[in-house]
This record gives sequence, C-alpha cells and structure tokens, in this order.
Amino acid sequence: MLHIKCPHCGMRSQNEFSYGGDATVKRPELNKEVIDQEWDNFVYNRVSPRGKHLELWQHLSGCRQWIKVERDTATHEIFNTYKANEEIA
Amino acid sequence: MQKYSIFSLVKNALTGHQNWDLAWKDPNPKEEYDVVIIGGGGHGLATAYYLAKEHQITKVAIIEKGWIGGGNVGRNTTIIRSNYMHDENGLFSEFGMDLWRKMSQDLNYNVMFSPRGIINLAHSDAQMNAYARRGNSMRLNGIDAVLLNREEVKELIPMADFSDNVRFPIFGGLMQPSAGTARHDAVAWGYARQADSMGVDIIQNCEVTGFDVSAGKIKGIRTSRGNIKAKKVGLCVAGSTNILAEKLNMTLPIETHLLQACVSEPVKPVLDKVVTFGAGHFYISQSDKGEMVMGGDLDGYNSYAQRGNLPTLQHVLSEGIAMMPFLSKLKMLRTWGGIMDMSMDGSPIIDKTHIDGLYLNCGWCYGGFKATPASGWTFAHTIAQDRVHELNAGYSLNRFSTGHLIDEKGLGTKTWIS
Repeated sequence: MLHIKCPHCGMRSQNEFSYGGDATVKRPELNKEVIDQEWDNFVYNRVSPRGKHLELWQHLSGCRQWIKVERDTATHEIFNTYKANEEIA
Repeated sequence: MQKYSIFSLVKNALTGHQNWDLAWKDPNPKEEYDVVIIGGGGHGLATAYYLAKEHQITKVAIIEKGWIGGGNVGRNTTIIRSNYMHDENGLFSEFGMDLWRKMSQDLNYNVMFSPRGIINLAHSDAQMNAYARRGNSMRLNGIDAVLLNREEVKELIPMADFSDNVRFPIFGGLMQPSAGTARHDAVAWGYARQADSMGVDIIQNCEVTGFDVSAGKIKGIRTSRGNIKAKKVGLCVAGSTNILAEKLNMTLPIETHLLQACVSEPVKPVLDKVVTFGAGHFYISQSDKGEMVMGGDLDGYNSYAQRGNLPTLQHVLSEGIAMMPFLSKLKMLRTWGGIMDMSMDGSPIIDKTHIDGLYLNCGWCYGGFKATPASGWTFAHTIAQDRVHELNAGYSLNRFSTGHLIDEKGLGTKTWIS
C-alpha cells in the first residue's frame, strides 16, 4: 500500500486518496485563440513517463484538498508532496 | 516444421521425447528486414504470422525485450468475447471470434479454446434495459446474445448470491454463449512456432533503444543488439507504448496503468461460465486446473511496475464475494499484475502514423487478449497494404482530435467513471 503524506494532514494510507492524473498538464489560456492541437494535448495526450511523475491526488476521505505528489511510476516511491498551488522548482 | 499429431506424439513417446524439434529458433538479428515488429507478445506474434500467411511477407523480425509469452499474453485472464455494442468493436471482435474458432487447426497447436459462454450480470431494471439494447445491437451485427431473467441466471450459476437481503440483487443478465476462454500461453507459442516456420526471425532479449527516421520516413531501429534496417516498423508493445513513443517525439492519448489478476487454490468444477459482476468491476472463470481466475479494476494510478497493490485487490475481491459468497472460503494461490495501455476512450488504436512506414498498434486497455488474432490480422493488413482495413478503420489515432471516440463503456484511464 502507498503511504502519502498529505501536506495538510500528514502521512495517510492510500485508501484515503483518489487519483487525479498528470499534474503537469496545463489548460490552454483563457481569452486566447486555441488551436485544436492544444486542446488535444490538454484533454487526451499524455507523456506517461516511466520514472518520476508529478501527479494530482485528492485527499478524498480526509481534508478533501487536491495535492501534488511526485512519485516514481516504476518503483512507486514517493519523493515529495506539495499543496496544489505550491510552486515546484 | 514437425507437425503435431497423435502419430508424432506416439512416435516421440516411444523415443523418450528426446527428438522433438525446437518450436522456434533463436536467431541473431540480420542487417535488414522488410518489416520489423517491435514486441513479441500475442499481438506482435500474430501480426508476423498473418504478414507471412496472408501477405507472403516473410522477411520479418519480431524484436522482443524479454521473452516470448512473458508479458501481458501470459498475464491476462484468458477471456474471449465479442459482446460489444458499437459497430467498430462488435464487427472487429466477431471477426476475431471466427479466427479463435479455427485457431487450433490453423496453428496446429491446441490453444484449448473453450466457448463456454459469458454472462454479464444486471442488478437493476435500468441495467436490464441497457443490456437488452446492447444485446440487440450485438445481434444486428451477427453476434449471439441472450437476455436472461433472474431464474434463468440462477439455473446457470446457482452458486451466485440469490438470497433476499443482498445489496446488489441479481435481476438477470446478458449472455454471449459463444464467448469463452483459451490457454493464453499456447496462443503465444502457437503463433510463434508457425511464424518461425514461415521464416520470421523471433529475436528475444533485444531492447529497442531508438529509431532511425529521415525525411519523415522510417529507416530502421537501434537495439541493444545492433542497428537493424527496416522498410516498415510496427509498434506492438502494450504497456510500453509511451516509452517508445517518447523516443519518436510522439505524445499519445494513452496512459500506462497496472491491472491485477489472481487465482485461488484449485477446487472441483463449480463454474462453467465466465461471469462478470454488473455493479462494479469483477470477473471470474474457472480454469481447467480448477483455479478460480479473477480480475477487476486498475490499480488506478500511472504505473510501470508489473506488480500490484493490496487495496485494489481487496476492493475487487469484496465485489467477488458479494456476487459469489463461497469465494470467501477459498485461499488465494497467486496474484500478479501487468501493465496496460489505457487509451482515453477505452478503445484501441491500430493505425498508420505521421512517419512513413511506421505503424501503431496500442491502447488495448482491459481487452487485449481476446483481440489477439483480429489485431494481428488487421495490423498485418495495415502494414502490408499501407492502409487500414475497414475492420480497424474506426481504431484511428486521430479520432481523438476529430471527435469520433468509441466510448463503449466510457471507461479509459479513469476508473472512477465506472
């Protein structure tokens, strides 16, 4: 089982969380002409790397906050967790 | 090639089984091939076989990082069916059902195809209506479908929970009598043996490290065992598609996820159908050895680990116990995981790409095994003719941009949608 450190609540079991996918995907900017390719990339296309992956999780059975988790997709090791609005260097 | 028959069996039994030919050779890669198929799983082997058989293209290599039968073709729950509502999926899978029925004869290899029937259970009136609609769509496409009421289901699977106080009572079900199971390893070995006998080089323990592309055309591949020139290259690497796509600077509508399966200790024959739970995601059948073979949801997060996590297994098995309470008395024998290409609409992709001579076969989600022959057949056609066959025309790569999604269950990477 994964143990995820919620930046608001501390270390909790995976059972309390729900997965939200790649956190690096950016919605095309508002008030700007958007070409189809940009929408495709936002809605459908994913890199899905083997290795380090920054992803969204929601602490659904806890504080209900969305958080970012830096996790290895091959070993499942979790390196770091961040608040959703936290800038990541 | 040595033909397998009762006579060859007797002859070899009398000589102590010392003189069987190797089922396939272990060649070194040649400098150049007409077609290189990357991925020696079921789909890759089938593609090579149909390239040789249907299109007389035999200067073909299969490049496999591991070994034949070590990936998803040896990790699935062996279910074969064509109970789809949408035309693209229904016609494609039913074409595959014909190939399954003939496969043991065709390959001279017993794949133990067992058309025992699949029952999708319904747990509400609304679900019965939805199944009636799906069953009618199937029959319009020439696929057998029978809508069963509660009593009829009880007759077929009396061990399911038909008591009064259950959370998800069984209202009935949709059965495809011609669906079933097959021995998955035999499928890989049968295709490998025939492909090899027609001149295909099966190259194992050879990892693809890069591609040679110039002026928008594929020229060859780079591997851990040297460079190989190729006029055409087919990607058939479910679970690793994203890794190879990255080497080609392609981003695909696919995420790589982990799917688990498990078997119980073997018990006497109790279940002669494939059964799926309609109020969640759980399916079960009994193997010839007596093990209950079970599976269900994805682990739910991107993963390349070929091993699973317990919370999902517990969730899936609690659905199983809700459906068939006797399962709680069984001991678990083995659990394992495989990595899947989860496409964004839950349907596969068999198509050409923007690179001339590079073809893509991926995105099989939960349903790769049953598609093995049809996928190989249509992919071979797509590669040999350099155009898609009408059977895989719907499985295009650009359907995500054009809006022609095939949302059979609306179930792709997002397990929570179910």
